[in-house]
Amino acid sequence: MKKVMVGNHAVAWGVRLARVEVISAYPITPQTQVVEKLSEMCADGTLPARFIKVESEHSAMAAVIGASATGVRAFTASSSHGLLYMHEMLHWAGGARLPIVMVDVNRAVGAPWNIWTDQNDSLSQRDTGWVQLYCETNQEVVDTTIMAFKLAETLDVPVMLMLDGFYLSHTAEPVDVPDQEMVDRFLPKRAASYKLDVESPHAFGALVKPDAYMEMRFLQQEALQQVPQTLAAIEKDWQRMFGRSYGALEAYRADDAELLLVTSGTVTSTARAVVDARRAAGERVGLLKMKMFRPFPTALLRDALRGVPRVAVLDRNISPGHGGIFAEELRSALYDIPDAERPELFGFVLGLGGRDITPAVIDEVIEKTRAGVVPSREDLWVGVNP
Amino acid sequence: MSQLRINELIPEGRLLASGHLACPGCAAPLAMKLALNALGANTIVVMPACCYTIIAGPWPQSSLQVPVFHTAFATGPAVASGIRAALDTQGKFDTTVLVWVGDGGTFDIGLQSLSGAAERNENILYVCYDNEAYMNTGIQRSSATPWGAWTTTTPAQFPEASNKKDILAIMAAHNIPYAATATPAYPVDFIAKVNKAKAMRGTRFIHLLSPCPPGWKCGDDEGLELARMAVQSRVFPMVEVEDGQHWRVTMEHAGDPVEPYLRRQGRFRHLSGEQVTHIQREITARWESLQRRAQAEPLVPAGAM
Ligand SMILES: Cc1ncc(C[n+]2csc(CCOP(=O)(O)OP(=O)(O)O)c2C)c(N)n1
Ligand code: SF4
Ligand SMILES: [Mg+2]
Repeated sequence: MKKVMVGNHAVAWGVRLARVEVISAYPITPQTQVVEKLSEMCADGTLPARFIKVESEHSAMAAVIGASATGVRAFTASSSHGLLYMHEMLHWAGGARLPIVMVDVNRAVGAPWNIWTDQNDSLSQRDTGWVQLYCETNQEVVDTTIMAFKLAETLDVPVMLMLDGFYLSHTAEPVDVPDQEMVDRFLPKRAASYKLDVESPHAFGALVKPDAYMEMRFLQQEALQQVPQTLAAIEKDWQRMFGRSYGALEAYRADDAELLLVTSGTVTSTARAVVDARRAAGERVGLLKMKMFRPFPTALLRDALRGVPRVAVLDRNISPGHGGIFAEELRSALYDIPDAERPELFGFVLGLGGRDITPAVIDEVIEKTRAGVVPSREDLWVGVNP
Repeated sequence: MSQLRINELIPEGRLLASGHLACPGCAAPLAMKLALNALGANTIVVMPACCYTIIAGPWPQSSLQVPVFHTAFATGPAVASGIRAALDTQGKFDTTVLVWVGDGGTFDIGLQSLSGAAERNENILYVCYDNEAYMNTGIQRSSATPWGAWTTTTPAQFPEASNKKDILAIMAAHNIPYAATATPAYPVDFIAKVNKAKAMRGTRFIHLLSPCPPGWKCGDDEGLELARMAVQSRVFPMVEVEDGQHWRVTMEHAGDPVEPYLRRQGRFRHLSGEQVTHIQREITARWESLQRRAQAEPLVPAGAM
């Protein structure tokens, strides 16, 4: 069934098709429509879930933690300050190995107030033990929401998926809504490995001393390291059943490229058009979309980038005092590639607080990279008025 | 009432195992034992950061023989709401979700979460065991610390300067089905309240006075006696409130002077006679206002305790 819908409604459809059992969320621009649509679906019975309308995001994450620990499928969504307000509980969910799925609609963080998109909210949560997947289209949002539950429940890790505020959350696109019966076959009811159960009483999260804490973190790390292979297998099934897949990384017209743009989120679509234009003009420019940021797909990235002469990373985020976050992490991933094959990496900071990243901006990125501008600092800012 | 009769009123049970890690004389494990034995094995406990995080025992042990979910300091009621929702979707309506929280987790950092859960009338039983300070972190003041008390953040030269927050009135103002005070030092009264709460649906709140010898600076064997003195001197009256409307004093209070209660605790040792008189005046005023709210209709005569 084809439907035209905005990104936020695509999230709600994914949640509905995944037959989520408990939802708890708190409204914040630009995520609000997710909460509203899910409330509607719960009210009219199309989604027979319990929706706990809590008084804050800290409590929203706490409530889905409680629900997930009791063995059911649980979901929440937030954005920006709401996500940051959850911070303590994001760690708790990660450490407790609860397969919660959440959506973060990427929005800049204050001060000053800004409701438009950038990735600083989710990237500042990168060390909380959550898988992070950045989506480009509304179709990808629906599909990934459902696959995220499968991934989370296979490895007992929480999964966060991102969509750009307004550019995706409020943009209507045609979406092929997956068939419910097929989704049910793809994603059966959750069978929890561990849960709160009076028939088999256990304590969860009790004090762990130095003699065992590290082993628990090691197991968590092992599980996260399995995410790329596990997601690939899940996507293979999805491809077989629904005819679509995305990949942790997607190379677009990257063969023989002399210059590769690395993107995430909706800027990828703009960059595709720029690449097409450059290719038409005979230039060897390609694109690598990074959907997965956590776990950092180091091995996949090394394979994809080995031998590419120049790489330009587009970062819609900034680690103040350091640089663009994708670029910094990529730089360290490429360190182990031998000198001769290691790309020259150029990190660009752009599009903060919702500033448009137009084809002209991407052209500027390409020209600067091509000119081999040796940056005086590691981060090059594009589109800033001095 | 004979001793035998009291034993009949206190349920037997083995839901609290030996080997917990409380200090000698701590009232909290006694309160837990009474509560669990009254509630039975069909209970899930939610435990935010507090002394009981330690008392319950470190991984892989647990002195509670029911499922326990340990969680962050401010999140007891919200986690409990999630567990409740999940149990309901599984048709497990009879399982009690017991939230066991200290005064800091209740009066201070968790108040927003608690108010949210109470406003939604979540079907949970919330017990605040109040030892009148942050004991886990080494006796710092909370908004449950009484006026004039010493703690490590309110040194004797400048003791606690605010009155204890009236948490019962705050919870009653949410018009929840049940809110009560209790103390393990009066087990019959406490058990009666747990049983009454267990039979109800919605948010039920019990505020327990729970003596802490290191924090109160009293002897290991003095805690329960001090709690009884707190009740009899009306420092901590035994009350219940139904639907936020019907206030009732649940036992007779002798109205003993407060001074002996204060003088037996190191945390009040620095108080001058004038300050003790001030405390006595405050107690009398609070009692009078309680009388105006409550129908003085004792549940159990004082002699029976
Ligand atoms: C967010 C956060 N802040 C501070 C702490 C440290 N902390 C742990 S328990 C505690 C005090 C608990 O006091 P209370 O709720 O009265 O329980 P008690 O220890 O007295 O039984 C504090 C401050 C924490 N765990 N989390
Ligand atoms: S410090 Fe006080 S409340 Fe904590 S275990 Fe010891 S006696 Fe109990
Ligand atoms: Mg305390």
